[in-house]
Amino acid sequence: MVAVLSDSDLRQRAWDAAATVVDPEIPVLTIADLGVLRDVQVHDGRIEVAITPTYSGCPAMNMIILEIELALERAGFARPTVRTILSPAWTTDWMSEDGRNKLRKYGIAPPQASSSRRALFGDQQVACPQCGSDNTEVLSEFGSTSCKALWRCKSCREPFDYFKCH
Amino acid sequence: MATASITVSETPLVLYTLRRADDALILGHRLSEWCGHAPMLEEDMALANIALDLLGQARELYSYAARVENKGHDEDKFAYLRDVRQYRNLLLLEQPNGDFARTMVRQVFYSVFADLYWRAMMKSDDPTLAAIAAKSEKESAYHVRHSSEWIVRLGDGTEESHRRAQTAIDDLWAFTGEMFAVDDGERGLIDAGIAIDAATLHDQWLKTVSDVVREATLTLPKNDWMQQGGRSGSHSEYLGHLLSELQSLQRTFPGAAW
Ligand SMILES: [Zn+2]
Repeated sequence: MVAVLSDSDLRQRAWDAAATVVDPEIPVLTIADLGVLRDVQVHDGRIEVAITPTYSGCPAMNMIILEIELALERAGFARPTVRTILSPAWTTDWMSEDGRNKLRKYGIAPPQASSSRRALFGDQQVACPQCGSDNTEVLSEFGSTSCKALWRCKSCREPFDYFKCH
Repeated sequence: MATASITVSETPLVLYTLRRADDALILGHRLSEWCGHAPMLEEDMALANIALDLLGQARELYSYAARVENKGHDEDKFAYLRDVRQYRNLLLLEQPNGDFARTMVRQVFYSVFADLYWRAMMKSDDPTLAAIAAKSEKESAYHVRHSSEWIVRLGDGTEESHRRAQTAIDDLWAFTGEMFAVDDGERGLIDAGIAIDAATLHDQWLKTVSDVVREATLTLPKNDWMQQGGRSGSHSEYLGHLLSELQSLQRTFPGAAW
């Protein structure tokens, strides 16, 4: 028996499949946690997925597109169309609370809550993801990837990555 | 056999978009030349990250130019298959890296401009350019902070770093005027609400750059004679050398892909 699924069921299943794709550079975060997955639509049974890049030059985007195609094919869908949208521009405000907790557990300080220009340039208070201390300092605005800065904890003396506000 | 260059239909909007795309590509390429050579590891990563931001901006802009032109070109064809006289970038950005001070002075001159420019372009009536501007503006804000902190450190550092930073400012100053120049084609786009008038950004740019330079105990030159030509394809010899490296693979193996 083949169950006939409504478009909204299909859409939900496709979204769930796409939402399992992780960021290749931060594998504890899914593209849904990050807010990179923006939309999934069904047109005559064909799936269209919309994603938005974190940074213009994010080298992970090609990889993410490929992973979405594979995830949907594994879930029984035909090859989807993956569309990249630029507007509205991605912001760290879209990162889910769940995502922020996962980041912290992974050892990366999550972005501060508001990414207004003030937060970009105001006094930054970043808690150490290892020991929780606020006694931290920035080592470099640019870390191992474009989305991260390099910080150091003056309490436990460990260096750590900070996911920058954007 | 080397591949021939493409012919571009430079309507005002195509030309306008290619100018900004070329700015991002050429500066991004220059910064990538530091990879493995920066004064320290953190700086190596910083410059590579900034280069990556610029490369990303260039890709979006080239792709848009290709859609507007509608002649079957794409981002790679624009980057790899135009010769030096078809490039439209600012002369400032093709200048060689020189020492680290020179790279940072070039960077602060451009980043302060780019930050103001992209912020203003977020209000463009062209939705694609406005969207590209919204992403680029956030990125260039970090570039401004990074390069201005370095200018202060170098200028207010040792006698040697001060001397090098001042020499770089004196040498690169004449290339800054081109950022604010507007020609007739751009004037039409400004009137249509698609482009912004770069000349209106000059006062704010000068104020921000002056503040950084003053804090760094450095000085801006008094002369106001400015060198132009990049926007219309009259480049220094440096761009030809840069492009021969950038394009050698595609010119030798046309259509090669990863
Ligand atoms: Zn700690």
